[in-house]
Amino acid sequence: MNTIIYVELQKIFRKWRTYIGFIAIGVLAPIVQIALYYEGSGYVNHVTRGLQDSFFMSGNLFNGYLIGYIILQALYIHIPFLIVLVGGDLLAGEATSGTYRMLLTRPVSRFTLVTGKFLAGAIYVFLLLAFLFLVSVVGSLLIFGTGELITIKGKLIIFASDDVLWRFLSAYGFAFISMTTILAVSFFFSSMVENAIGPIMGTMALIIILLILSVIPIDALHEARKFYFTSYMGGWDGFFTDPLEVTDILRDAGVLLLHIFGLYGLTTYIFIKKDILS
Amino acid sequence: MDSEKIIEVRSLTKKFKNLTAVNNLDLNVYKGDVFGFLGPNGAGKSTTIRMLLSLIKPNYGDINIFGKPLIQNRKDILRRIGAIVEKPDFYLYLSAYKNLEILARISGADTSKKKIMEMLELVGLAKRYNSKVKTFSHGMKQRLGIAQALLHDPELIILDEPTTGLDPQGMKEIRDLIRHLSIEKGKTVFLSSHILREVEIIATRMIIINKGTTLVEGTVEELLKSDLMQVTVSVDDTEKAKSIIDLSGWQNNLKHIEKNDLLFELPTKEVADLNKHLVTNDIKVNSLVPVRSLEDFFLKITEGVSK
Repeated sequence: MNTIIYVELQKIFRKWRTYIGFIAIGVLAPIVQIALYYEGSGYVNHVTRGLQDSFFMSGNLFNGYLIGYIILQALYIHIPFLIVLVGGDLLAGEATSGTYRMLLTRPVSRFTLVTGKFLAGAIYVFLLLAFLFLVSVVGSLLIFGTGELITIKGKLIIFASDDVLWRFLSAYGFAFISMTTILAVSFFFSSMVENAIGPIMGTMALIIILLILSVIPIDALHEARKFYFTSYMGGWDGFFTDPLEVTDILRDAGVLLLHIFGLYGLTTYIFIKKDILS
Repeated sequence: MDSEKIIEVRSLTKKFKNLTAVNNLDLNVYKGDVFGFLGPNGAGKSTTIRMLLSLIKPNYGDINIFGKPLIQNRKDILRRIGAIVEKPDFYLYLSAYKNLEILARISGADTSKKKIMEMLELVGLAKRYNSKVKTFSHGMKQRLGIAQALLHDPELIILDEPTTGLDPQGMKEIRDLIRHLSIEKGKTVFLSSHILREVEIIATRMIIINKGTTLVEGTVEELLKSDLMQVTVSVDDTEKAKSIIDLSGWQNNLKHIEKNDLLFELPTKEVADLNKHLVTNDIKVNSLVPVRSLEDFFLKITEGVSK
């Protein structure tokens, strides 16, 4: 299994498309940081303008944690599109290039191969999120320094500076589960076709459709939200509430994990049964 | 045949919806064979090879390789097989060296630079080891395909059209390599090719299939001898030769006359008698050229079935 993971990582990281995600984050996060560096205090004033008459704001509210939080909120919805570029290509890419024939005539079981590919994809997801954490949170802390994190969720919440880092780490942990769900969806589509464009576009279309359906203010559609996996992907934000919504977080993570294992299992079954005709 | 059976296929059948690609196929490949696997396009050759390599699953039938059922012993069997299936496709964004290293690693073979360079040297690609495969011609990919098939020193080599896209020199090199692997290294080679001359030159045994079914199977020598042979006899006096033939009992074997050439179709063992008969009747025989070849045999066998 380790050999397959190693080989798959080599293949993933020798493709140009793999770096699109890293480049996008590497460009967008600093742009937001630079913009906030010059306009940041205005942003905090804007957020807290309704409270300044009643409260006296002191300390460094405009700090690295706030910037990291803003960037995560802004980019979170777009990261899935970077994940599917790799996930949709994992199996279908082999069919497109005709390399299935060489790969599957080696002394390795199909189960090992499909599992190795999925785990390599999950490592890519982890590295992409680690890069986002590094650029947006660590980078922002270095530029803007530490301080309290202010969030508004119906009410104003201020977290002490020593109470924030674990929340970020947990939120990124949850984001890993969310993004691995996206990987599992694109991986599943990838097992059914012989061209990577289909699973990449298919997964993107599915995410967009579910997100649109989620926000249309019609009761029937609103009820159906609980059946969309996208409805559970924002659970990371639960770590920035007080008190912590443990039940909601666990429920969301559980639903996503069920999706991951279900889709991985289905993909494995399809792949093992598949006749290689490409 | 006392030799050890390397491949034994019984009643192999594969259907794709309404199309029966392989129908009740039997075949045997023995240790040390260079086994020619022939058939017209769509005969079921590639489907059979894919089933031998477990890329597709048969609907019915048994495949035993190295004396073991393929399904239950897939990994152990594939460890001992090297193969090219149809055109050689590689990771185009990787170098020739990296492609081989990856495949060697998955095969559990030696991944040392020395071993991989040795393979690239064998197929004449050592100087391009660091070039990405996307810059390779079809012939170069074909050579790399042979290198990847030999990487883990397999006992059985399955080659599906290995000389496609190669120039005549390259084709000869591959033929010599196959001979070397068979004779010097004792490998068993399963060779599918549409170049019949190639099979005729290097195969020891062969099978011809059409519509997924065996038409003939045996040694190349036996199969070619077992049938009528065509021979062109070039003589100095065509008229005189024809009048002698008309009285000889071979008149029905004479198929065509053109200038000084008489084309006969007759059993192989009678060719020498025909020559002797002409010479003793004072006909000067300038040449006697057999036109009987695997190609003629193949066309006759497969056309017979098509009709």
